[in-house]
Amino acid sequence: MQIPAPFDYVRASSVDNALALLDRHGAESRVVAGGHSLLPMMKLRLARPDWLIDINDLFELDYLLVDGPVLRIGAMTRHTTLLESDDVRHLFPIICDAERVIADPIVRNRGTIGGSLCQADPAEDLSTVCHVLEAVAVVRGPAGERMLPMAEFHRGPYETAVAQNELLIEVRIPIRAGSASAYEKVERRVGDWAVAAAGASVTLAADGTISHVAVGLTAVGLERNVTEVEAVLVGQAPTEALFVEAGLLASQACDPLADQRGPIDYKRHLADELTRRVLRVACSRAAASVSEITS
Amino acid sequence: MQISLTINGTFVTREIEPRVLLVHFIRDDLRLTGTHWGCDTSNCGTCVVLMDGQPVKSCTVLAAMADGHTITTVEGLANGATLDPVQQGFMEEHGLQCGFCTPGMMLTARALLDHNPHPEPLEIREAISGQICRCTGYATIVRSIQWAAEHPLVAAAETTEKEEEVRA
Repeated sequence: MQIPAPFDYVRASSVDNALALLDRHGAESRVVAGGHSLLPMMKLRLARPDWLIDINDLFELDYLLVDGPVLRIGAMTRHTTLLESDDVRHLFPIICDAERVIADPIVRNRGTIGGSLCQADPAEDLSTVCHVLEAVAVVRGPAGERMLPMAEFHRGPYETAVAQNELLIEVRIPIRAGSASAYEKVERRVGDWAVAAAGASVTLAADGTISHVAVGLTAVGLERNVTEVEAVLVGQAPTEALFVEAGLLASQACDPLADQRGPIDYKRHLADELTRRVLRVACSRAAASVSEITS
Repeated sequence: MQISLTINGTFVTREIEPRVLLVHFIRDDLRLTGTHWGCDTSNCGTCVVLMDGQPVKSCTVLAAMADGHTITTVEGLANGATLDPVQQGFMEEHGLQCGFCTPGMMLTARALLDHNPHPEPLEIREAISGQICRCTGYATIVRSIQWAAEHPLVAAAETTEKEEEVRA
């Protein structure tokens, strides 16, 4: 039987209250959102907080809002809400692609975007998605709010820029006209962590050439976008030959580890193949959305 | 700490340790052993209960987190002697063999049908994809849930009759 070590439990009633509780209880306090990463770690005694601060009552952080050129996602927005949102599917299909393969529907009822990003598991899908979409994390602490681009927010496996006395409260994703995106993951079975996954976001100019592109990889040891593909793709009309070239660059840029999910060469192969696939899908979706606008 | 919640329509208050998981609170404190305790790692789904109408894996929710919420377990599915259509469906279509996964499967099915009364077989498979059955190969579970979708009024009609009898 897996039972967490003893701790004290308190429910936060607002963001300010959560920050005050973090401040009061100090280094051995942890915030719990959906709990589907932290509770398993506590059950295995990999995490042993003295205080657990439950933020599930912070409904003020559960929202999806198109605010001019930005989609604002509250940190307590559940995976299920993201998956079922028409705005998200329309603006950022990569989020729906990823959400469909994050854990299983029941876990998605509890898990939150904020929890996923703060856990920063190396096989976590939304970190890659947010890198690819060039999201900005809004982090609040005693000294006020900080706006952190993903590259600053996400420091590496299980590590973010959120300090012990701070809370991630919102994720902001820029909306670009003529853009589309895609995500694809290979997993051993439903709900498992990725063997490898890739995401891409593409913006097409009026003449059909690629004006902006971002590619990211999950679970293969690359904690940043595959910036190497930009020089190859930007300014070009999308073609299969370019996707092949980008796939090769992705497989060279990543740094996977051999584990029970597969050897290194297999994971590099997946980085290559999945990069090609997500670029193909993102470009065809972008072309469709551009023709929708012009027709 | 003290928690209060509504379980299967009954309001209960108990003194618990904050580290108690919802599955153990339901089974050991409330003695509602219809909720099964399986893998303990939120993979198998036999511990699924409804929290405010939504399926959750109760091995990965603290009882403290359920304070103030409404829980439905398999014991709360039937209305007296009248089975929920989902329970009837599992009987009609042989949706179980050993029965270990059944409580969780039926609660997920109930939540699915509440949300989507006419699911396609693929939608049913997606809904139960976080739950493991080692006996049936899932085919009869999918058929059981389809049976329930096709017979939504059976239980309701019988309940109405029964209520009328009681009133008379």
